[in-house]
Amino acid sequence: MARKPLPVFLERSSYRKRRLMDALKLLALFGTVLWMIPTLWPNASDTSVEPIATSRALFYVFGVWIILICLSALFVHRQPMPENGGREADKTP
Amino acid sequence: MTSLNVLIAVCLAYVALLFFIAFVAERAGVQGRGDWLLRSPLVYTLSLSIYCTAWTFYGAVGNAARSGLEYVTIYLGPSLVILGWWWILRRLVRIGRSHKVTSIADLISSRFGKSNVLAIVVTVMAVVTVTPYIALQLQSVTLSLSIFSAAEQGAVPDTSDANAPAFWIACGLALFTVLFGTRNLNVNERHHGVVIAVAAEAIVKLVALLAVGIFVVWGIAGGLPETLARIDASDLGTWQTSGSRWATLTFIAAAAFLCLPRMFQVMVVENEDEKHLRIASWAFPLYLMLISLFVIPIAVIGLEVLPEGSNPDLFVLSLPLSQGREGLAMLSFLGGFSSATSMVIVATLALSTMVSNHIVMPVFLYLHQGGASQSGDVREIVILSRRLSILAIIGFGYIYYQASGGSGALASIGLISFAGVAQFLPAMLGGIFWRGATRLGAMSGLGVGFLLWVFTMLLPSFGQGAVLSTDIFESGLFGLGMLRPQALFGIEGMDPIVHAVFWSMLLNTAVFAAVSLVTFPNPLERLQGAQFVNVFDHSPQTQGWNASVAESEDLMIMAQRILGSEEARALFADQALAQGLSGHLPEPTPDFLQLLERELAGSVGAATAHAMISQIVGGSAVSVHDLMAVADESAQMLEYSSQLEAKSKELSQTAAKLQAANTKLMQLSAQKDAFLSQISHELRTPMTSIRAFSEILRDTEGMRPLEKAKYANIIHSETIRLTRLLDDLLDLSVLENGQVTLNTQSGNLSDLLDQAISSALAGAANPIRIHRRRLNERLVLETDLDRLCQVFINLITNAQKYCSASEPELRIVVSEDQGGVVVDFVDNGDGIPLEAREIMFEKFSRIGAQDSNGAGLGLAICREIMTRLGGDVTYLSDAQGTGFRVVLAQPRAVAAQ
Repeated sequence: MARKPLPVFLERSSYRKRRLMDALKLLALFGTVLWMIPTLWPNASDTSVEPIATSRALFYVFGVWIILICLSALFVHRQPMPENGGREADKTP
Repeated sequence: MTSLNVLIAVCLAYVALLFFIAFVAERAGVQGRGDWLLRSPLVYTLSLSIYCTAWTFYGAVGNAARSGLEYVTIYLGPSLVILGWWWILRRLVRIGRSHKVTSIADLISSRFGKSNVLAIVVTVMAVVTVTPYIALQLQSVTLSLSIFSAAEQGAVPDTSDANAPAFWIACGLALFTVLFGTRNLNVNERHHGVVIAVAAEAIVKLVALLAVGIFVVWGIAGGLPETLARIDASDLGTWQTSGSRWATLTFIAAAAFLCLPRMFQVMVVENEDEKHLRIASWAFPLYLMLISLFVIPIAVIGLEVLPEGSNPDLFVLSLPLSQGREGLAMLSFLGGFSSATSMVIVATLALSTMVSNHIVMPVFLYLHQGGASQSGDVREIVILSRRLSILAIIGFGYIYYQASGGSGALASIGLISFAGVAQFLPAMLGGIFWRGATRLGAMSGLGVGFLLWVFTMLLPSFGQGAVLSTDIFESGLFGLGMLRPQALFGIEGMDPIVHAVFWSMLLNTAVFAAVSLVTFPNPLERLQGAQFVNVFDHSPQTQGWNASVAESEDLMIMAQRILGSEEARALFADQALAQGLSGHLPEPTPDFLQLLERELAGSVGAATAHAMISQIVGGSAVSVHDLMAVADESAQMLEYSSQLEAKSKELSQTAAKLQAANTKLMQLSAQKDAFLSQISHELRTPMTSIRAFSEILRDTEGMRPLEKAKYANIIHSETIRLTRLLDDLLDLSVLENGQVTLNTQSGNLSDLLDQAISSALAGAANPIRIHRRRLNERLVLETDLDRLCQVFINLITNAQKYCSASEPELRIVVSEDQGGVVVDFVDNGDGIPLEAREIMFEKFSRIGAQDSNGAGLGLAICREIMTRLGGDVTYLSDAQGTGFRVVLAQPRAVAAQ
């Protein structure tokens, strides 16, 4: 299906919308990376290093959670409803 | 002290309230009121909380009490999935809506060519994997009841005699689900009532857990800093989770979130609007975060406060009870009850849809071959089969609960289920992202993953020696060390869950990909694959029906039995109206059949709907052969049309030739007319003067002899002119009729040309200058020399007469061609106009008005003569001036020595 060719360069607001869309798409990746960091933490069985206190771990995990929720809410509400991969949002005047 | 009876009364009241809510919502849904609530993203988000079951409510605390923060992975996975909604969920929801998918089995079977076998495989797997989960709910409710009864009796809770309540709970849940879930049939009409009830229960469980959490943190521990200090000081005070378990559990939870039949039901099937996903993308992680927020505090304080040996799975209940907060305990119990009931309702609903659509209905249709339109009421049978499925599924759950002894920790049972449904992930994601995924690939991947899951996770979960003997655990299946259920391929020391998930998912994916790569999908699979993968590009159209045989009436009867007679009539009447027909029955156009199939698919699943329509339409399900036939047909048509094209080209060429011939004929006819008037003029002119002068001679008296001689001369010369004209005509007619006899002699060309030139130029006042190369002319010819000479004379005379140059010249060039002599006569005149060249060799053709005394027969005679002599005379169009070429076929032209 022939799509109408999109402009190569966008005006500022469309450009921002697109980057917002990118951020929204990357959010899950960002969250995955942050939440997989605990796999690097020293295990309780490893006695050579000071283990991570559970309260710190709680702060970390729930802190990431809150950040992700806020970012997601921000991105979603800044972004008008995209159809078909957000291309509709790229209309230039 | 809360008595059991009060508890049961509260439960019943709660259930009655749920019924009431569901009833009101359903009424509102039917009447189209309350859309702002029924179709709001809030309700959608809350309904997603069906993910949080009794496992969450009780089991998370138990899990946290045993292994610290690990429990949170079960919520991190789904959070990531819904944060990444744009990638997978958006696609799933779009596919679900455009293809009227009713379940995950329907999705997978639909994607892989509406394969019923695959649907059955997925359904069976789903039933097997979800059964432990349902058992888990039974167990948790039974446990929570037991703790109240124990508290009543003042004894330590004892779970061994809990079988009787478990049975009644199972019955209650079954009744509840049957009443709730099978009231209306079409899954695509969506269970407004169920969804609203689930949303209400979501609020109850969140509020209950938060209330207990707040009570624990601020009521028992004395504030946030104190709680944190007590956490760090407890046994759970340090990070204990291994990295591999952390990552594996997150992954498995994410996979299960996508693949669990009940999640698929609320997330995809019950989805009203894709936009709801956007709200849910932050609201649902928020819900998950809140529900898991107080788990660690409850676990830590529970371990501290409660007596040694208390079941940590029930801390949520036993903590408030131990503090004498019965109201809170009651709320907490309701929360747990909500979690269990909502999960069981939606899960059995989803499963029963799958079982009835993919197992019962196909079997029914098979047993009633060709009877979809004649036999009994299919609608009743669908509902009955659903109800029976519900009972069976809950029955399985109860049996599993009995068999496993109700002793396992809640979390580990839940994980077994999760790992089981995660086996759907490769086929599902492969199906919606990869067009190359094939049915055989999906089937093999699912099979391998499922077998590995059974062997490494499900069977060992009953304990060593229960189903698998201790021997198998130690030395492997069939004594093969490679096949130990918890150390496959001889790799030991992995955590059992990580081990099972790792191997089953890895081999599942690998086999799926490998088999897909080497097999070839059938056309329907490829069509569906393209539609699923490119769901955002395509208008959602599946393949059409060839409806030539389909009877609208039969379709109507069948549709009535599945959709209900009112709905079916309305649908048919709408379609008839849309087609511009006045009756109630629309024409069975492919579009209509497709729409009908979609509608039916909403009730009985895509594969069954496809099969039912194909029965009526006359078994015209698109098979490979059909498609091949279609392809052949179009190839034939292409060939035929190219043949037609060639023929029409030929025809138009012929027409052009005819046109040309006709034009020539017209020219000839015009010429002949022109000649006739010319010839009559030519004949008349001398005749007139002959008559006039002979009359003068006859009538004039006393004419002088000189005058007489003059007049007689005129008469004589006119007679000669007439004679010449008649001679020419006669000559031509003789030549044309082939009556001429040739007088073959041999002679020298040079001499012949000399003779011709002297004859032609004899008596000319201003003879044309002739250029010749005599050296080339020394050839001996064997032909009718007189006739040839006549041709030469004619050509030279023409040049003499018509050359328009001021100093006319004629070059006579003789050359030898292959087996012939060529004589060119080229003058320095203007040449002959293009349009005249065509006809100048015809009889009576005269060029221009200058040719006053010729009759236009000369060149025609020349051509006739040359044809007789076996040669030709042609116009030399590339000569400088007017040129004629005489070609004389000569077997051997010998140079005259």
